[in-house]
Amino acid sequence: MEPIISVKGLNKTYAGGFTALKNIDLEIQRGEIFALLGPNGAGKTTLISIICGIVNPSGGTVRAGGFDIQRDYRRARGEIGLVPQELATDSFESVWTTVNFSRGLFGKAPNPAYIEKILRQLSLWEKKDSRIMALSGGMKRRVMIAKALSHEPSILFLDEPTAGVDVELRQDMWKMVHSLRESGVTIILTTHYIEEAEQMADRIGVINRGELVLVEEKNTLMQKMGEKELSLHLPEPLQAVPESLADLPLTLSANGSQLVYRFDIKSSDTGIAEFLRRLNEANIEFRDLHTRESSLEEIFVGLVRGARKEKEEQLTKEAQG
Amino acid sequence: MNWYGIRAIYQFEMARTWRTLMQSIASPVLSTSLYFIVFGAAIGSRMGEIDGVSYGAFIIPGLIMLSLLSESISNASFGIFFPKFSGTIYEVLSAPVSAFEIVAGYVGAAASKSIILGGLILVTARFFVDYEIVHPFWLLAFLILTSVTFSLFGFIIGIWADDFQKLQVIPLMVITPLTFLGGAFYSIDMLPDPWRTITLFNPVVYLISGFRWAFYGVADVNVAVSLGMTLIFLVICLTAVWWIFRTGYRIKT
Repeated sequence: MEPIISVKGLNKTYAGGFTALKNIDLEIQRGEIFALLGPNGAGKTTLISIICGIVNPSGGTVRAGGFDIQRDYRRARGEIGLVPQELATDSFESVWTTVNFSRGLFGKAPNPAYIEKILRQLSLWEKKDSRIMALSGGMKRRVMIAKALSHEPSILFLDEPTAGVDVELRQDMWKMVHSLRESGVTIILTTHYIEEAEQMADRIGVINRGELVLVEEKNTLMQKMGEKELSLHLPEPLQAVPESLADLPLTLSANGSQLVYRFDIKSSDTGIAEFLRRLNEANIEFRDLHTRESSLEEIFVGLVRGARKEKEEQLTKEAQG
Repeated sequence: MNWYGIRAIYQFEMARTWRTLMQSIASPVLSTSLYFIVFGAAIGSRMGEIDGVSYGAFIIPGLIMLSLLSESISNASFGIFFPKFSGTIYEVLSAPVSAFEIVAGYVGAAASKSIILGGLILVTARFFVDYEIVHPFWLLAFLILTSVTFSLFGFIIGIWADDFQKLQVIPLMVITPLTFLGGAFYSIDMLPDPWRTITLFNPVVYLISGFRWAFYGVADVNVAVSLGMTLIFLVICLTAVWWIFRTGYRIKT
């Protein structure tokens, strides 16, 4: 099946010479929730802005819904709804007017019943006659989502959708994203909250310094790159890791009462049995144990740090000639 | 053609006018009426005719043109500047609307407001001054042409401006002086040389002259020249707008 978004060899260099995107290749499948992660200034918003037509690319091609975003921009843009990061709203307009404006702008005939439906879904119906300036930040965010959905897009971009919203609204947003996906909408979101991506995404893309570091199924990524920890709580604190266990991947907590053993999830032999046997031989007792899987956040930080280190090493080599 | 898109922008802009009726319509009509009262009804009766037209009637075309130019520029420049300022421009840029459709929506609305305003001033003037319209078709043609051309000019200023001050610079510092010195209150034939020759470099002279010809059949310069100059300015503005959208100047990075 043809991907709903296809990005090939996309580059963006701004007028000042800053390269925001370097040769990006990305395919997003119809109906999936794709999370784009990356630190500030990594190029997430630039990538979204190019796909949506707000920023001109320097090179490469992008197809949305099967249409080239430049040659067939009308049909490509008609497929896309965008909720930008900034709360940019027409403060003096009513909710009803601004959402209908968006629908008209995207070339759709008025459909009050549909607009009513999305306003009700987003708990905005009671506020339909209120001026946007009178709404709370969370409500304004909902208005922006309503505007993005007003023309019935098949692709929805959410650029930092829950930035600055309270926990309750964030939970509501997550529910809404899932229900949109169930209705057939493909969702691409950027977020700083790794937890958000972990909760919602089917696939994860990590972008750093304009380069797409990886694209992977979330579960595969966590399995492939994740580590597990086995923590033992000791009744008698240790001063240091005993000599007899020094060859094992162990760390001791600062107060010496917790010994942590790290192992690879995907490995057939985790080494736990051997570790526990040697622990017994060393006469070290423990009163409790638990295991913990590394979070997506830790994987993400590891990836970004790894990419940074690799870049620094490359630059050092180049400098040394 | 995205007709719904054009209509959405047009209606959005017109709604702003109705929402700010005092500022958009009442204020310019009132300030122009003050000119009619002072220079038409009060002082005008003590002044002689110019080209066979009473002074009060003579200044009507120039005063309408003054409002038309400044309001066309202000409305169109604010219309496109505000979405840039508030950030809502993202929606227009990401919508399936062409450059022509965007311009048609914004400039069409700004020109409509100016035409309505011109009509209201014309009607208001009747309460204070007697005047005639010799060429009503050409009056309407000049009204529309000038409104569209200067709304386009305003649209360009709105794209160029990156703060509120710049929005005001051109209407206040350029257009108003050019209109006052462009024969709004006198015939340029009354000026001695070299001022008469210098005045001919003022493009507003041609607009006022052509407009006055539509009223009274008298003009400082040939009406064909007036029409030609207005059309040339229209083409220059269209070319500038085409270039803006082609390059993304100050709207797209």
